[in-house]
Amino acid sequence: MQPLLQNLLNGIASGAIYALIALGYTMVYGILKLINFAHGDIFMLGSFVGYYAGGYMVRHMNGQSSFGSAALILLLSMICCGIFGFINERVAYRPLRNSPRIASLITAIGVSFFLEYGGQMVFGPDPKFFPTLIPKKIINFGGITTTNYQIIVLIVALVFMALLQYIVYATKFGRAMRAVSFNLETAALMGIPTDRIISMTFIIGSTLAGVAGILYGLSYPKIDPLMGIMPGLKAFVAAVLGGIGNVPGAVVGGLIIGVIEAFVGGSSFSNYRDAIAFVILIVILLFRPSGLFGKYQPEKV
Amino acid sequence: MKKQLLVLTVVALSVLLLGCPPKESGGGGTSGGGSTREILVGEYGSMTGAQATFGTSTHQGAVLAVEQVNAAGGIKGRKIKLLTEDDQSKSEEAANTVTKLISQNSVIAVLGEVASSASIAAAPIAQSNKVPMITPSSTNEAVTKIGDYIFRMCFIDNYQGPVMARFATQTLKSKRGAILTDVKNDYSTGLTKVIRETFNTTGGKIVGEQSYSNGDSDFHPQLTTIKSENPDVIFIPGYYGDAAQIVSQARDLGITVPFVGGDGWESPKLLEIGGKALNGCYYANHYFSGDPDPVVRNFVTQYQKRWNVVPGALDALGFDAASVLADAIKRAGTTDEPKLRDAIASTKDFRGVTGNITLGPDRNPVGKKIVVIAIKDGQLTLAMTIDPSAKK
Repeated sequence: MQPLLQNLLNGIASGAIYALIALGYTMVYGILKLINFAHGDIFMLGSFVGYYAGGYMVRHMNGQSSFGSAALILLLSMICCGIFGFINERVAYRPLRNSPRIASLITAIGVSFFLEYGGQMVFGPDPKFFPTLIPKKIINFGGITTTNYQIIVLIVALVFMALLQYIVYATKFGRAMRAVSFNLETAALMGIPTDRIISMTFIIGSTLAGVAGILYGLSYPKIDPLMGIMPGLKAFVAAVLGGIGNVPGAVVGGLIIGVIEAFVGGSSFSNYRDAIAFVILIVILLFRPSGLFGKYQPEKV
Repeated sequence: MKKQLLVLTVVALSVLLLGCPPKESGGGGTSGGGSTREILVGEYGSMTGAQATFGTSTHQGAVLAVEQVNAAGGIKGRKIKLLTEDDQSKSEEAANTVTKLISQNSVIAVLGEVASSASIAAAPIAQSNKVPMITPSSTNEAVTKIGDYIFRMCFIDNYQGPVMARFATQTLKSKRGAILTDVKNDYSTGLTKVIRETFNTTGGKIVGEQSYSNGDSDFHPQLTTIKSENPDVIFIPGYYGDAAQIVSQARDLGITVPFVGGDGWESPKLLEIGGKALNGCYYANHYFSGDPDPVVRNFVTQYQKRWNVVPGALDALGFDAASVLADAIKRAGTTDEPKLRDAIASTKDFRGVTGNITLGPDRNPVGKKIVVIAIKDGQLTLAMTIDPSAKK
């Protein structure tokens, strides 16, 4: 029983990070029907911002690490990723808005490669080790152990998810977002500044990837320029699993993928951990093409 | 019109592409052959990538050896030139770099790699071109079995694994062992097999085996299962980056038992990544920098003078590999590859930093020294030395 509960906890902690990345995929897809393959690499960028900023802080603040400096680094990473998300959309996707969708998709793959291999040039290809921003504490209850890191990851992830839910469903901007997602041309005719809404969507999605990058660096301190590939793919699977374009779906999808991976990892099939995510993707696409929370949309005529 | 342009571009491009290689190799040939007096020796290793410290450590050791030979007047007045290629810690790149060193630079011998998977990928190329290859520190048995031109400077896993297992059962008095293997790594899977055998036959029992893949970062699930099996020792026959992270995550899960690793743990980064979590862990190694042996002391002094850091085992093996090669060239009196091969094969009682080196008929060193290093308070200390070669 104990290992079961422990793995459930392990899975929720890694699933929360997948969920944060999945939100970015799902938001962009919801609005533009574009799978932003560069999203996993923006997550990597967030981690590296944290690595350099954290390293600087550790060096210049006598190694003092505190929640305050950690929050500052989180904010910095969010800002950097947000700016990059904005530039990314402006330079790479907006000029192709009216081209066939495949053109944007290929561009997304191009941006992804640009970040991965550009990252290898700028940051160097060897793994770096994320600084310890907050002293690690081990918490033990009833034979199940967790760390304050896992709890921080969960809380921060939940806070940002709730914030996003609020923005999308309870603000004017969110209503505009949903309108654009429903029908871009009609929304434009109704006076919604679609370009600005799309820019903002990219910024919010990338910001969340920045948060995920920092949380990932805290939990699994080995980071390298190619680190975004697997979490990015799994978060994409999570988004599809939950129903791509659906915000709560992405969160649930991320947590499900995380928990399943933890159980597979702890079983004797641990070699197949990565494969399982994709098996799930195939099964979902076979039986519920629109995902767990997705609505079945008949072809508009 | 457009089509014509396209055809023209394709033609132009193919001329460019086809025209290039001979020119380039011609250029490489002259730059290499221009200094005909130099003896060209190739080296390939992981200078960057996941196992970056493996390549750089080995390289620094080899450079020191070459510089010492050259400073002493070279070999019959000819200086050795080391040409180094980076394989980015990727096995497929290792094969490419060796092909390049042999076909473009016409090296007379190659040194490398550390990672067994990379050596296994590159050795067939050296073998088919009949260029001697010396791996300083690949411990997987299969490497030298590839052919009679492939040599090694270190002990093999069949030797290291039992030492690790017996150290656990006899010194640590462990009864229940668990193993966490990197399934994508020939070194790790090979070592797992021998550890399991020895541990089970020397009074212990392997109660749990879990696996991961090189590049994973979350080991909590596997460790949770291992914890529930209640082992009193856990083997991690993997590389330093993963090992340090595994131990750190294990401590988070409340696993307090010692971890035992092999020479793959040897890296200046090990303690940097693992920190406090590694206290009370052990690993088998080729050499210990605090060894009072005068040969080791001399090497450590020279090395520190050249590179400003304390050399690890891979540095020492890189140094020994280059020294043995230089010695063989001297004895062969020629750079003719088959004769050089025979000279390397007949290396006997060469006084290396990592012990006396005598190559056996299987081109592996016979009875090499092995040490077990204990990590205490963030410091490496010597826990045990076994040196069959010293008794002779």
